Amino acid sequence: MTWLRLAYANLILSPLTTIVNVILMALGTASIVLLLLAGTQLQATMARDAQGVDLVLGASGSPVQLILSAVYHADVPPGNIKLADTRRWAEDPRIKTAVPVSLGDSYRGFRIVGTTPEYVDLYGAKLTEGAMWNAPMQAVLGAGVAASGALSLNSVFAGAHGLVDGGHDHDEQKYRVVGVLAPTGTVIDRLVLTSLESVWVLHAIDGHDHGHDEDHGHADEHNHEQHDHEHEEQHDHGHEHEEQHDHDHEHEEQHDHDHEREEQHDHDHEHEEQHDHGHEHEEQHDHGHEEQHEHEAEHEHVNAHDRVGEDADEHNNAHKHEDDEAHKHDEHGEVDNRDAHAGELAYASYDEELEVTAMLMTYSTPLAATTLPQQINAEGALQAASPAMEISRVLQLVGVGLGALGAFAWVLVATAALSIFAALYGSLRARRGELAMLRCLGASRMELLFYLVVEGVLMTLMGIALGVLVGHVVMELVGMWLSATRGIDLTGWAWPRDETLLIVGLVVVGIVSAIIPAVQAYRTDVARTLAEG
Amino acid sequence: MSEQVTAVSTEPVLAVDGLQFQYAGKDIVNITHCELPAGQSMAVIGPSGCGKTTFLHLVAGLLTPGSGTVRILHEDIFKLSATQLDKFRGQHVGMVFQRLFLLPGLTVYQNVQLAQQMARKPRDDGRVKTLLDELGLSALAHRKPGMLSQGQAQRVAIARALVHNPALVLADEPTSALDDARARDVLMMLKRSAESAGAALLVVTHDNRVRGQLDTEFEMEAIP
Repeated sequence: MTWLRLAYANLILSPLTTIVNVILMALGTASIVLLLLAGTQLQATMARDAQGVDLVLGASGSPVQLILSAVYHADVPPGNIKLADTRRWAEDPRIKTAVPVSLGDSYRGFRIVGTTPEYVDLYGAKLTEGAMWNAPMQAVLGAGVAASGALSLNSVFAGAHGLVDGGHDHDEQKYRVVGVLAPTGTVIDRLVLTSLESVWVLHAIDGHDHGHDEDHGHADEHNHEQHDHEHEEQHDHGHEHEEQHDHDHEHEEQHDHDHEREEQHDHDHEHEEQHDHGHEHEEQHDHGHEEQHEHEAEHEHVNAHDRVGEDADEHNNAHKHEDDEAHKHDEHGEVDNRDAHAGELAYASYDEELEVTAMLMTYSTPLAATTLPQQINAEGALQAASPAMEISRVLQLVGVGLGALGAFAWVLVATAALSIFAALYGSLRARRGELAMLRCLGASRMELLFYLVVEGVLMTLMGIALGVLVGHVVMELVGMWLSATRGIDLTGWAWPRDETLLIVGLVVVGIVSAIIPAVQAYRTDVARTLAEG
Repeated sequence: MSEQVTAVSTEPVLAVDGLQFQYAGKDIVNITHCELPAGQSMAVIGPSGCGKTTFLHLVAGLLTPGSGTVRILHEDIFKLSATQLDKFRGQHVGMVFQRLFLLPGLTVYQNVQLAQQMARKPRDDGRVKTLLDELGLSALAHRKPGMLSQGQAQRVAIARALVHNPALVLADEPTSALDDARARDVLMMLKRSAESAGAALLVVTHDNRVRGQLDTEFEMEAIP
């Protein structure tokens, strides 16, 4: 205690030097703490998000992109795949579960994911309010989405085209929130979930709308869009979209006013008939650019409904006429209930020409990991990617960046250590008499050594304490901002195991920085120092 | 270890026999016999370079002699290990130097109290306060050394040398930088304080003003 008090007294004797050293050490410490906190939490989050997904089946392209888009919802998908193509693999005995996801839209930055209720089970999420969707255009919110205040139970909203803010709204069909999930600490918290049919219906309507996407600069995020090279082609059709856009507004108005609905229904019906007279399903997937007529959008809308509706009919062995179904609207007017039981359908029952973004699969046997991905990839039509492998690849890449930042942080620590060394060593000459006097008062050589080490460590500890505090507070603030703007949950109030090791390591750095001055103190020639006066 | 001496006694606190110290092949100190009873004061007087300070350092155990013994409270200090000697010095010897070496980061009170702590003796605030009071330092107890005059600082150094009730107080040129009046005051203060603490006082100096002020004198001459 005596030495601690002496060391402290000595430190406050030169406040400027001490403050500079403490700040240097704090900067280095805070940087490393920030990296540790962010790194460990992101790694844990990524592991949690991919939990239960052994393999992702998607369009050919970058496997990392596929995983980032389909599992983490952090990138645009490489493209879509036909349900028919997935069937073979989904029914493979080596696969236990296969959950389809269909992406393309978002709401205020929260992605809208068309899927089946099995997706919710994948993350062990439970409802806290309302119920699961059981019809198209019904949505269930992740806890983070609800917490953001953007939406709540019974909210009615229009999804925006594209996976980030800025896309045009699908005002022609609006979602209604029917349920809210409890927090899981996984990616599902920041998603808006709906049935696959919702996505199909909306993008059948907007299937021709790519010209607008390009205007927004997010064309490649649409799940019906492939990548940049395809956009070139879409530019050619820009002139056509003007008319379609106008038409969309008209369509929107029809939805906004109940009394106009009848007109719309009639209108739809009329074009269903037209469809029955020869329009091919491929029109929807060919973006409908070739045919230009005034009611193209409605026409395709119906087209999509036909496909989904027909599948539902098949499944239920119901042989209703499409006209009957086309006129079923829920009480809110926004939700088309033709596929009222879509949520209960297994994905396998859908029209296999329909597309999804990816299929999240789990193995029934660990041995599948050694054969199945290679087999799928060898056949070329689809791509199979393992989240674990791709994420470790991403982390390796990210690790290079983090490593560079970490190295910079350690340079700061080394600078602080050198500064502490310089401060202690530089003060030794002036303190020789003091040290000699301490020997006269009964201090041993080892105690003088200890005294100097305590001084160095005390300065280091002050820097560490400040750095840890700053690191955690900054992380918390960044976490709050990320949570509010990106739905990414990072907190400053975590204590990674490595942080304890870091503190021990930094204390060792403090000891090392003080050891040379301390040895000099140990060697103080008391008699000579006193004789010299 | 020896018992602490608290009263005047005829038993020698310090006994030096056949003490020799050489530097670069030359005798610096060569003392056949010298002793100092408790409560007594002795001036070791000699010209500069005669080895007075070396003698003081030998008595304090800060230097190791070529031969001879130094006994403090009957303890042959050179038979103690380095650590034991440090501890022994801290407990039984108090030291005052021409340069005072007060710790600038501590207050007057803390500087005095520090000697108690270094001697591994129980904290005795009463003893600290009494000494500060006796030396007229009570009002300055919470000042840092940088805010003291030379005279005030010197009194603090004397208080620090006595606070742990040492058996032997060693003073090296305590008056050489002072004017006559101040020199006499400091010397008397040292003598009185050592006497009241029952400590033996050994002062080494080249200052002739010290002559006749202490109980005994020991003349050292430069060895040719």
